[in-house]
Amino acid sequence: MSSEELDIKPEDLLKFDYDPPKQDWMDPSVAFRKGTYCYSCAPKHLEYLEMANPREWQPHDKDWKLPENWKEIVFEGMRDRLSKYRSFQLFMDICVRCGACADKCHFFIGSGDPKNMPVLRAELLRSVYRNDFTAVGKILGKLAGGRELTEDVIKEWFYYFYQCTECRRCSVFCPYGIDTAEITMMARELLNLLGLNITWALEPAANCQRTGNHLGIQPHTFKDSLEFFQDEIEDITGVKVNLPISKKGADVLFVTPSGDYFADPGTFTLMGYMMLFHEIGLDYTWSPYASEGGNFGLFNSHELMKQLNAKIYAEAKRLGVKWILGGECGHMWRVVNQYMDTMNGPADFLEEPVSPITGTKFENAKSTKMVHIAEFTADLMKHNKVKLDPSRNDSLRVTFHDSCNPSRAMGLLEEPRHVLKSVCNHFYEMPENTIREQTYCCAGGAGLGTDENMEMRMRGGFPRGNALRHVQEKHDVNRLACVCAIDRATLIPLADYWAPGVVVTGVHELVGNALVMKGEKERELDMRGDPLNEMEGDEDV
Amino acid sequence: MLRDLLSRKRARIVEKWFDVILETYPEDTSKFLKKGKDPFANPVRHTILQGVEGVYDALLKEGQSPEALNDFLDKVIRIRAVQDFSPSQALAFVFSLKGVIREVLGKEIRENHLHDQLLLLETRIDALALRAFDVYMGCREEIYELRVSEVKRMREQALRLLERTDRVFQKRKEDEDAPSRDS
Amino acid sequence: MNALYALFAVVVLVLLAFLGVSAAGLQVVFGVIVPYAAVSVFLIGIVYRVLKWATIPVPFRITTVCGQQKSLPWIKSSPLESPPNGLWTAARMALEVLAFRSLFRNTSISLASDDKAPGGKRIVYSANFFLWLGAIAFHYCFLVILLRHFRFFTEPVVFFVPLVQVLDGFFQVGAPVVYMTGLIILGALGYLLFRRFANPQVRYISLAADYFPLFLLLGIVISGILMRYFLKVDVVKAKELTMGLIGFHPVVPDGIGSLFYIHLFLVSALVVYFPFSKLMHMGGVFLSPTRNLSNDSRARRHVNPWNYPVHVHTYEEWEEEYRDKIEAAGIPLDKG
Repeated sequence: MSSEELDIKPEDLLKFDYDPPKQDWMDPSVAFRKGTYCYSCAPKHLEYLEMANPREWQPHDKDWKLPENWKEIVFEGMRDRLSKYRSFQLFMDICVRCGACADKCHFFIGSGDPKNMPVLRAELLRSVYRNDFTAVGKILGKLAGGRELTEDVIKEWFYYFYQCTECRRCSVFCPYGIDTAEITMMARELLNLLGLNITWALEPAANCQRTGNHLGIQPHTFKDSLEFFQDEIEDITGVKVNLPISKKGADVLFVTPSGDYFADPGTFTLMGYMMLFHEIGLDYTWSPYASEGGNFGLFNSHELMKQLNAKIYAEAKRLGVKWILGGECGHMWRVVNQYMDTMNGPADFLEEPVSPITGTKFENAKSTKMVHIAEFTADLMKHNKVKLDPSRNDSLRVTFHDSCNPSRAMGLLEEPRHVLKSVCNHFYEMPENTIREQTYCCAGGAGLGTDENMEMRMRGGFPRGNALRHVQEKHDVNRLACVCAIDRATLIPLADYWAPGVVVTGVHELVGNALVMKGEKERELDMRGDPLNEMEGDEDV
Repeated sequence: MLRDLLSRKRARIVEKWFDVILETYPEDTSKFLKKGKDPFANPVRHTILQGVEGVYDALLKEGQSPEALNDFLDKVIRIRAVQDFSPSQALAFVFSLKGVIREVLGKEIRENHLHDQLLLLETRIDALALRAFDVYMGCREEIYELRVSEVKRMREQALRLLERTDRVFQKRKEDEDAPSRDS
Repeated sequence: MNALYALFAVVVLVLLAFLGVSAAGLQVVFGVIVPYAAVSVFLIGIVYRVLKWATIPVPFRITTVCGQQKSLPWIKSSPLESPPNGLWTAARMALEVLAFRSLFRNTSISLASDDKAPGGKRIVYSANFFLWLGAIAFHYCFLVILLRHFRFFTEPVVFFVPLVQVLDGFFQVGAPVVYMTGLIILGALGYLLFRRFANPQVRYISLAADYFPLFLLLGIVISGILMRYFLKVDVVKAKELTMGLIGFHPVVPDGIGSLFYIHLFLVSALVVYFPFSKLMHMGGVFLSPTRNLSNDSRARRHVNPWNYPVHVHTYEEWEEEYRDKIEAAGIPLDKG
């Protein structure tokens, strides 16, 4: 019996909706499939922050309960921002759609969704701009690439602008420097005008406004947490480190993301800071009011960013410190490096930062008066001001993930590497087109690092995971170091899924391991409380 | 006999199979996936190609260890398990190998009367599909485990803090009690 | 579809000029009125657009940093990728404008194994290498051709024209001498157009507004080449017309040939279209805040002209809210 006689074609059963949909990108269509989007923010947080349209809703609802005059609000919002940000106006006007950015986005590479090409992500907004804000678009409409603003377009905006981690990799490759992060920030501000936001980005901001940090940790718990780590350090090293809180007249105010004192493995990094400061005798202080280095305001609006950031200078002024030192964090340093001084400066009540240990003037921070911990520590190590025993990290084979913002918004590339190479003997780089200014995002930045979004994070995390897997196979790398609190949370599942066996670590955790302290006992445990130099992932030996 | 044919035409078959897989992506993307040769700039191509080559070779080899086969399947499926595919779409590529082989080797199979061997091979491919199903489910379960463990990590720290507060409270109480015993 | 619209538009423009001149005898319209109108729109449009951009504030210094910052003295910084001051920023911009630095970053040249190639390896250029090459070839050829055309607008001919002509016709092939730029620009435009069709990603994002300038430029180049090498027009008369335009005493000599008017009309269309289109990227690249600002925002304060006060949860409010807890934890209070 030949197949012609058999009146069944097996492919029929397999062929169902097999071909990807062929349609023009201008037709907005988004299927909110669970695992690929983030949930909305509860109304109480919007109310606390006095933001628009607080209500119960979810992206998978049909009715998003937009305000009646939502179109007007969006247009007015666009008009306002076009007149305030040259970046926005220019990026709307000058894209030539050359496609150079197309394959630079980790979400595009990992998902294959063409609307994740940076140029198209921007076109989602640009098409509306052309339609309603340009002469040619008003006349020619769709022919000029214009698109009418509809509720479906808004839904598409929500889906794709909360699917951009504002990592700025595309901007490196654009011949005109068009920065999708800037466009995403504008789009999110517009969405926020309609009350469209995600809980993972906005709730921390509300917490931070009220308590001083994203996790909503209140002052007594803040102190408890730090004391907890003081105890842990004592258990490991036998040294009880000092713990100055709200100390007026200290030399330095230290600010770090709250993730560092709340969740592993950030906590191990935090212990590293505490040990280092104690060992070098730094006169510093913690603050429970400015207990957040990160700034989730950045992921919502410029205004919210400014509100939250203001606390750092206010607290530095109140405590009368000389300058500010900032911990390991990614987007925090985008804010500190590119926004803080402009928004909340001038910080003329502070002094130009000078390391009290080495005497080094941090001239690159002479106006903002805030120094990155990697700059500070690298300087200490260059001048041999701390005693280190890198062999304590000998079981670790380390690679370094450049976080998006320290690399592309700051250029902090060599400082953390210098620190890492000083404290561990086995350091390996990932392939060059995946690090430094070309680094791939963890796919959980800009407020997307929540568990309901895990599938999307894994897609976007694949380029990073793939490079990590490569050094794991080639050099037996078992540690992924980074200088970002979001990374320390989001890279864990990324590594578990794409390169299982690689453990995520902060740079100062490894400093803590290697740091030889005065009066310490024979070190047997690492910062995690595990026996020193026991190979990780050896359970099957 | 069929085995010889399959090894001789390996390059053609693997290439076709790979193309069929990439065609399941939007047209605008599939060409990028096909073309970009840099394993780090275009990891999807690189990894899927490694996977299908490995699976194909393992399929032909007698006594191939199941683990090795699963590893190769995993390369392909791990990616597709998190992309915008339904389970059937994600795994259809296993069955499409049948079509590719019939297309490439159809003439030779007819001329050399290798249908019996083809049936055997297709049974092997069916078994492969079952394995693929296991691998797929494994990946999906991992995703959910990752979600759960992320939530757990947050909770753990809160609990650790609570425990400590408890200890501190206990200690404070003892300290308060102690002097009263003295007096 | 978008490409068809664009092609259609250009064809209509060609026919319009052809019929206008050869059938309706509107030489004055196409030779004088349209060019004057076009240049006016061009100048006003460009000034308007650039002024509009320039007057919008740059509230934040959002440099895209592509290399090591200048921090500690012993760390080698990359001033071109992370400019620490205005001078280096100018250098970065120059590299961007003159060499398309960022676009070049896309290119990669690698060795791939190839059994057929000698030595088992062959050089592989990434697709984007040709984008860079095509773009740079087009822009420089356009510049040279523009300079060459000054021979129609100056009398005596300005000094650089012969120089450019000699260089451009370096190979001394054909009569009249074949200019390299004419051929290269044709190739470059052809490639840029071909790329929009052949590369599915780029095809997906391409609008009619992307095809239109390419077709238009191709029309201009082809009509120019036809005039010079094949259907020769009367150059002396053409120059009479152009000099008339320049000197504001327009004359329309007889018998220049309709091809010339088609060429002129397409050029007019291009300059009219220019200020309203993405072609303004030429001016925009100089103003792009991610490129034309230095990475020194921690050393030198950037001022936002519209900075405004926001609602901050002050320390005093915060202390009041958590007073009991702060006190119980033994953290110093400001107001005891």
